[in-house]
Amino acid sequence: MKVLVPVKRVLDYNLKVRVKPDGSGVDLSNLKMSINPFCEIAVEEAVRMKEGGGGHAAGAATEIVAVSIGPEQAQETLRNALAIGADRGILVKAEGEVEPLAVAKLLKAVIEAEKPDLVILGKQAIDDDNNATGQMLAALLDWPQATFASKIVLHDGKASVTREVDGGLQTLDVDLPAIVTTDLRLNEPRYASLPNIMKAKKKPIDVKTPADLGIDVAPRLKVIKTAEPPKRSGGIKVKTAGELVGKLKEAGVI
Amino acid sequence: MAVLVVAEHDHASVKDATNKVVSAAKAMGADVDVLVAGSNAGGAAAAAAKIAGVRKVLHADGATLAKQMAEPLEALIVPLMANYDAVLFPASTTGKNAAPRVAAKLDVMQLSGVIGVEGADTFVRPIYAGNAIITVKDEQAKKVLTVQPTAFKATGDGGGASVETIAAPSGPFKSAFVSEEMAKSDRPELTAAKRVVSGGRALGSSEEFHKVLDPLADKLGAAVGASRAAVDAGYAPNDYQVGQTGKVVAPELYVAIGISGAIQHLAGMKDSKIIVAINKDEEAPIFQIADFGLVADYKAAVPELMDELTKAGI
Repeated sequence: MKVLVPVKRVLDYNLKVRVKPDGSGVDLSNLKMSINPFCEIAVEEAVRMKEGGGGHAAGAATEIVAVSIGPEQAQETLRNALAIGADRGILVKAEGEVEPLAVAKLLKAVIEAEKPDLVILGKQAIDDDNNATGQMLAALLDWPQATFASKIVLHDGKASVTREVDGGLQTLDVDLPAIVTTDLRLNEPRYASLPNIMKAKKKPIDVKTPADLGIDVAPRLKVIKTAEPPKRSGGIKVKTAGELVGKLKEAGVI
Repeated sequence: MAVLVVAEHDHASVKDATNKVVSAAKAMGADVDVLVAGSNAGGAAAAAAKIAGVRKVLHADGATLAKQMAEPLEALIVPLMANYDAVLFPASTTGKNAAPRVAAKLDVMQLSGVIGVEGADTFVRPIYAGNAIITVKDEQAKKVLTVQPTAFKATGDGGGASVETIAAPSGPFKSAFVSEEMAKSDRPELTAAKRVVSGGRALGSSEEFHKVLDPLADKLGAAVGASRAAVDAGYAPNDYQVGQTGKVVAPELYVAIGISGAIQHLAGMKDSKIIVAINKDEEAPIFQIADFGLVADYKAAVPELMDELTKAGI
């Protein structure tokens, strides 16, 4: 089974974003960029399907292709995926913001050429927080989808996927080929070892452009302002539980 | 201009999130219809018809809609969009699952997690876990939005819309429901609760988490939530998680116990009316946003708080 894993280069999750003073966007200059955490979980799951582990038999996946859409530096994100254990990479080189709809169209074109049996994506990117690409891709391909996965079991040409939904867990069977998006508790990604990081440098990365794939990536939405969130001013410190109850009564919330 | 609101419901009745998304739709200055897609969902359709200012309720009923899965919802909603300029989903797991499928089929870029409506084509939404807020102009002929219900006031009842029955999609679909495990609780649902008591990693174990939080929650009639750190450590089930990657809540009272206040947690609760923080670390970031902070070990402070609440007749 061939597994395709799209990965996104985003601001490292430990860093706090800065809004530009003129409101024209966020300032990412000189900040550390990393693989989106949900995408990293997707790569880890695919690698477990190949190596065995996490409930998967070794060899369930035979080839893992990582795909990234982004600037030249997204090669680093692909190398990260290759160091975890993906076999080869495809970079679709695009500068600036590429919206999920355009990403889904680019991925569809890649998938039509690569013909994977399963595509695993992060449920959302921690920069634009859209939570849309996987579902859009599923619709464009007319494939079934299982989003927010906390467990994947492969069997008989299907994936049995447990999803984190409001109020609990839901399990679906989806026919392959299918789209699965990962939630946080699907697995804990490994730290890539130094030998694997070295090996990843030798794995092939194929570079394409949106034009090669015949896709228009012009944005549909216009961001007219970027602002800091309204500041919530800190309140007061109370000394005792009794004082706290008094304040809550005054505020009318108890 | 006409807007379709996809109802959040349990088939028997509509959830408060529906009334809140109707408010967002009204802010677009549009005629608002509500879609109830379910199975034996006559109760929910009747409840939706009572929401003030709703023009019409579309009720699709069938086995394929019993679990409101993404593919049947897409099949149902995409053709309906011939009659609407926009479709608004609540940003619930059901809405987030289905909305992008509809958007892609309409060749539209979706706006996710909208927290403000500034007119028919201008919307406000958070990015970077709420650390930046963008205002976006959406001039596409059809618009697809998921709306963060906690950001809007619920439209009350008092309406009397007609209910029109429409056909449910017949399928077959390539995904099948197998099972579900829903948390059973007598407490209010986390995202709809007026009061929330949340615990963090400081609680140290699952037993301690429940021993400390459950009685306080019961006393306050509150839902119980948790930080991601507490969920990841296994102290609380995942559906308790409040934060950017979990649930977004905005109760009247949010009590954070042993929660340091990571950015991603704050993104899930900072719109609460009153925030109380109990933490022994004076420097914890949670105190920067708490209305009332008590620097104390929860082990002593929570029993004292219980006593004081009892004394106050609660």
